[in-house]
Amino acid sequence: MNFRHKFVFLLPGLLILIGILIFPIVFTVRLSLSSWDSFFPGLDFIGLDNYIRLFTDDKRFWESFFRLSFLSVTTVLLQYIIGFSLALIVWKDIIFQRFFRVLFLIPMMTTPVIMTVIWRTFFHESLGPVNDFFSLFGVTPLWLSDETLAKVTVIIVEVWQWTPFMFLLLLAGLLSLPKEPFLAAAIDGASPIRKFIYVTFPLMAPISIGAIIIRLIEASKIMDTVYVLTSGGPGTATETSSFYIFIKGLREFQMGYSAALSFTYLIIMIISLTIIAKLLVKLLINNN
Amino acid sequence: MRVLIYTFTICISLIFLSNLVLADKWSDQFPHIKNTGDIPGECSYESMSKKDYSGRTLSINTHAVPVMGEPTALHAEQFSKLTGAKVNVVHTPAGDLYAKAMVPFQAGQAPYDIVFGFSNFIRDWMQYLEPVPEKYVNMRQMQDVTQSHIGVASWDGQMIQFPIDGDRHYLKYRKDVIDNPKYQKKYKADTGKTLKVPTTWKEYGEIASYFNGWDWDNDGELEYGSAEVMKKDDLMFAAFFSRSAAYSKNPRTPGGFYFDLETMEPLINNPGFVEALDDWIAATKYVPPGGINFGLGDEINSFGGGQTLFSFSWDDAFVKAMEDGSPIKNKVGAAPLPGAEKVWNREDNSWDHGYNQAPYIVWGWASAVAKKSKNHDMAFDYLCFFANDANHQADIAIGRFGVNPFKKSDFDPQIYIERQGWDRLIAKSYAATLMSMEEYSTNRVFPLRVPGVFQFTSAVATGTSKALAGQLSSQEALDEVADEWKKIIKRVGADTIREAYAVGVALEDNKN
Repeated sequence: MNFRHKFVFLLPGLLILIGILIFPIVFTVRLSLSSWDSFFPGLDFIGLDNYIRLFTDDKRFWESFFRLSFLSVTTVLLQYIIGFSLALIVWKDIIFQRFFRVLFLIPMMTTPVIMTVIWRTFFHESLGPVNDFFSLFGVTPLWLSDETLAKVTVIIVEVWQWTPFMFLLLLAGLLSLPKEPFLAAAIDGASPIRKFIYVTFPLMAPISIGAIIIRLIEASKIMDTVYVLTSGGPGTATETSSFYIFIKGLREFQMGYSAALSFTYLIIMIISLTIIAKLLVKLLINNN
Repeated sequence: MRVLIYTFTICISLIFLSNLVLADKWSDQFPHIKNTGDIPGECSYESMSKKDYSGRTLSINTHAVPVMGEPTALHAEQFSKLTGAKVNVVHTPAGDLYAKAMVPFQAGQAPYDIVFGFSNFIRDWMQYLEPVPEKYVNMRQMQDVTQSHIGVASWDGQMIQFPIDGDRHYLKYRKDVIDNPKYQKKYKADTGKTLKVPTTWKEYGEIASYFNGWDWDNDGELEYGSAEVMKKDDLMFAAFFSRSAAYSKNPRTPGGFYFDLETMEPLINNPGFVEALDDWIAATKYVPPGGINFGLGDEINSFGGGQTLFSFSWDDAFVKAMEDGSPIKNKVGAAPLPGAEKVWNREDNSWDHGYNQAPYIVWGWASAVAKKSKNHDMAFDYLCFFANDANHQADIAIGRFGVNPFKKSDFDPQIYIERQGWDRLIAKSYAATLMSMEEYSTNRVFPLRVPGVFQFTSAVATGTSKALAGQLSSQEALDEVADEWKKIIKRVGADTIREAYAVGVALEDNKN
């Protein structure tokens, strides 16, 4: 079998890769160099105008990016802590272990948009059950209308929806850990806390990094929760980058400009997630 | 001679009876029109039954169920039974209607013969739409459409969209409170003022604040002053324009409400709009908890469910309140949008003092036929059938359908009294309010209909929502909107925008 034969076998896979991965990216880049909008459809060439506009005249995009960073880091951190705790609980032989394992996965199995509609109903300030409860104590928090509380609400919904994913990965990691280090720790008389700090957590570091990075990638695309829950409001308090790009692209139909936003956002995410992954490796693995 | 008279009378009676028989025939098959039966016309059930579209398929992209989506599907099914056509109806969320049609339009495709959207899409869509043929424009059914809505559906005198719905913003209020002698006395004693239907936005605010946060209808629940569409990007800009019209639409300064037509300078940050936004910020204190996040659905349910004293926007909240089974049926009233005691004069850069009121003939549901469709005849027949008199009268009685009056005959109060059980006075005030806005006012504001309209309205939504959330003052927020508008004008081209805007200004200045 010569090189040509190998190439023929590789060709279908290569074509699919070009079709579903390379072409959309190349087209997005080309689109970002055009002024395509509702009035001027077509791939004209305007050079780097859209990028110049983005870097010099679009404060709102950068505000939404920093807001997204805050929301995604906070939600993933909370998901990691809660997910790890739940995984530790059902890792041990406890009563109704199987039931709890399935129960903790239910939020992830539901449709995000549908669940967010339900959460929005829960948090409805004048008609929702959450405030019915709080009104017993004489307070009616503005879950969706107050700038700070709206962010908290988005975080609650995101954590509820995606903690099971973290739980699933971490539980799989825990179940695959070797038994010997734990036996050695038990022989040495280590307490459960010391066992966690010196055995479980270090052994789980590679899996934790993988889970955190996967979730950060997902969380950085947060859109449906914001769209349904707050529409980015009040004001722009919960507007994230992806929601902003959605507005520019599919609401205002500024296709060229939204392509520039998308491509810039993609580059920023690749760079920042690479740095975060390296930092986590240094922090959690190399130090251990 | 006597024989001749008898024969003539018998013939007339037979013709009349045969119509009744036909009416019964169609309402038996189609219970939707049970109240009226078929009403003769060019696109009646009888007329459509004579068409044969067997073997042909009509594709329609419409809104999600129920608003507009339900009547589209219902009339599609009826049309199919009558003509033999196969009708595919695709339902799309409101926010995606524009893009779902625009993407194939721009790609030169026609996956849908008929597209539903909002009437203010007209400038962006018109190059891809088939103008309504003269045959339909001249038919009796179309002659009944109000001049305002002929204007809304047309571009520079040519009808592009087929009228199926009519919209305007007006004031809705709880009649059982405003007309209640006990509350009138109490309000006078507490404030020194007369409790009446507000005629200015300041009065609206005062009365709404007074009736905010207590149980004034004794149902054991707290009630509030006003329900308004304040949620960002959820049609909120239309609510803002409703509040702005009185302060900024000056009949003495024609030539533009949104821009100065001559210079294309945005007017959105002039003191008239700023005053309106100040009022709106004050309104956040008398809406229900979370009212700042109310979309149209919340507003309809809030006022329609009896939670607030006032509301203003499309008809739906009023229709919901007046539906059978509503706890506040026949307890609500309709009135024109409040006005103001002053209006900004942009030529003199000063306030003109004196009462000013300007109806907002807001954009609403619209439908049109794709230019690239191969089924123009069938598509226009469907739309004509959708809006025929029998279907239309049945549709406007169902709040969730989102079909509202746009025909002159809709403003006959007897329709609502006899067919929907409305109180006589309420029906009269409702019909008179709508009629006065549509046919008699000469100081109306029409929706913005220029290229890239969504860029302009999105900027308004973002700016005003920042002000409502307390992130910016009214002036700062509207300055930001004006800056954004200038950038859009620069991108799209001032002349292009001016050319399109002039068409709307002509309507506002009563030149058409």
